[in-house]
Amino acid sequence: MLQIDIEACIGCGVCESTCTFGAIKVEGGVAVVGDTCTLCGSCVDVCEVGALSIEREEKATQGNLADWSGVWVYAECRHGRLAPVALELLGAGRKLAEKRGVSLSAVLLGSKIESMAEELVAYGADKVFVVDDPALASFTDDAYGNALSALAKQHRPEIILAGATAIGRSFIPRVATTLATGLTADCTDLAIRDEDGALLQTRPAFGGNIMATIICPHTRPQISTVRPLVMKPLPIDAGRKGEIITVNLDQSLLKPRVKVLESVVEDLDRVNLSEADIVVAGGRGLENEKGFAMIRELADVLGGAVAASRAAVDSGWIPYPHQVGQTGKTVAPKIYIACGISGAIQHLVGMQSADTIIAINRDADAPIFDVATYGIVGDVFEIVPKLIAKFKDRKSA
Amino acid sequence: MKIIVCVKQVPDAKDVRLDPKTNTLSREGVQAIMNPYDRHALEEAVRLKEQHGGTVTVLSMGPPQAEEMLREAVSCGADEAVLVSDRAFAGADTWATTYTLSQAIKKIDDFDLILCGKQAIDGDTAQVGPGLAERLDIPFVAYVRKINECTANTIQAERLMDDGYDLVEVPLPALFTVVKEINEPRIPSLKGKMKAKKIDITKLTAVDIEADLEQLGLKGSTTQVVKVFSPELKGARAMLGGTASEQVDQLYEKLSPLL
Repeated sequence: MLQIDIEACIGCGVCESTCTFGAIKVEGGVAVVGDTCTLCGSCVDVCEVGALSIEREEKATQGNLADWSGVWVYAECRHGRLAPVALELLGAGRKLAEKRGVSLSAVLLGSKIESMAEELVAYGADKVFVVDDPALASFTDDAYGNALSALAKQHRPEIILAGATAIGRSFIPRVATTLATGLTADCTDLAIRDEDGALLQTRPAFGGNIMATIICPHTRPQISTVRPLVMKPLPIDAGRKGEIITVNLDQSLLKPRVKVLESVVEDLDRVNLSEADIVVAGGRGLENEKGFAMIRELADVLGGAVAASRAAVDSGWIPYPHQVGQTGKTVAPKIYIACGISGAIQHLVGMQSADTIIAINRDADAPIFDVATYGIVGDVFEIVPKLIAKFKDRKSA
Repeated sequence: MKIIVCVKQVPDAKDVRLDPKTNTLSREGVQAIMNPYDRHALEEAVRLKEQHGGTVTVLSMGPPQAEEMLREAVSCGADEAVLVSDRAFAGADTWATTYTLSQAIKKIDDFDLILCGKQAIDGDTAQVGPGLAERLDIPFVAYVRKINECTANTIQAERLMDDGYDLVEVPLPALFTVVKEINEPRIPSLKGKMKAKKIDITKLTAVDIEADLEQLGLKGSTTQVVKVFSPELKGARAMLGGTASEQVDQLYEKLSPLL
């Protein structure tokens, strides 16, 4: 509960204007808290007279937290291919491990995957735990969850990072529940707090409208799933030495209740989108499906992929695999061209880490211009065809 | 087939706007709605009931106002509605939430299938479904986009993956989270609306679900929010000037070296 000391409160209203959730109001000269309070503590920090406090009768700390040491990365692979996010997490994990003065390990689960262990060392892992078993050939929550939980119980890492992918977001919550510890989803920033070495996990919420920094104070490991394409991998170092540890787990742990009958690769467009160097995206400003033909043409001329805002997908102009944003894909191409996209925050969180962002929009006040490297205020139906013509000439020249 | 659908009342996130002057979320006129993904879970449950018989119970943990949303769920085809509500739940993270829901489900006891939306649009964690399955020790499948076959003991379903989909076979009881592609939710029928008006919503408190108070709300949470702030936007904002053709020429000059 948020406690308000009505003797101390001077009714200044600083808390009211700080509260992101509109949960605190000054009524009759004192602050009053409402139902929407999430106990985030923002108001406590800003109150100049110390009238606010959060009564934290917290969980008792579980065992000795110092017994848990080391940073782990779950190195996802599927269909014989290492997920790019695994290398990104090694880059992020390396920094955390160095700050903590501990080792960085990768965990590789699958079948016929041993050859990938060396690659993980070359990208920054000190140790790689490999569970190579036919029972792990297909992804199942039970077998993958049991395997990672068993390894973590035995080796006690202080931090586990996994990609916020379909696989990571499916089975990591089970691991956290089994280990009775906290989990923070879809993080976009990770840091170590100086005073106590706690992992500061930052993530967007409310469709990206706010960012929240979260800690896991009383239990270990501290577990995060991390949004793909946000962290940067280290340059490959083929000469790097590491220890590769093959682990044989009890077969009873690897028996899934869910059977995978078939695993189908499709939506190559979607895969291409997240790995494309150039992305051309369209939004509500294109007005209809025909407007999107223009986006496709510009993408073709530039050799890029096609993306869309949620508004365009919801209007049925282009299928969901092309959606970029909080509820779609995250992309980080070299060039992102946003055509007729107003730039709702839910879209911006999915593309703002692109190197160069071009925004073309009729409305000079559109928020898309706040993330743009170059902005053009104008009619997409006039600008885009001119751009297509210009780049076509360049191609044929 | 007895189906439980977990639903959450959320602020309509797409209407939640940031006030650049005060740096706060302006919630004026923001409606409390049923989480959109949960709507698809409910629709799938009602369709399964229509095909195979059985009952659909909607379950929500939330403030008393969530009753309104549960009535809406009944108008869309749910038979029973349960609201777990208690001040002791305030500040719950996903760990404390899955504990609370699992205690409530143990109270409801009899079920073959639990359906949830893939995530809620306020927190976007997608952790409650899988965490709840683990607490109940039942099989779990995320991102279900289609249920192909359903018998008394098993379900065959397609789950969406990053590079395609998997066809899976799951023994019941089980828990699925569903994506939007699974169906098109119906609008309430007149008969449903009548039923929703009259239905008695079961209300359970922390005591009713025999919860360990240490595990609830802020106190029972494993994670803690230490800071909330607005996202930083860092564009160079170089606005190009001139006529449309001049702007295109400038952009061409800027982009050409990058291609």
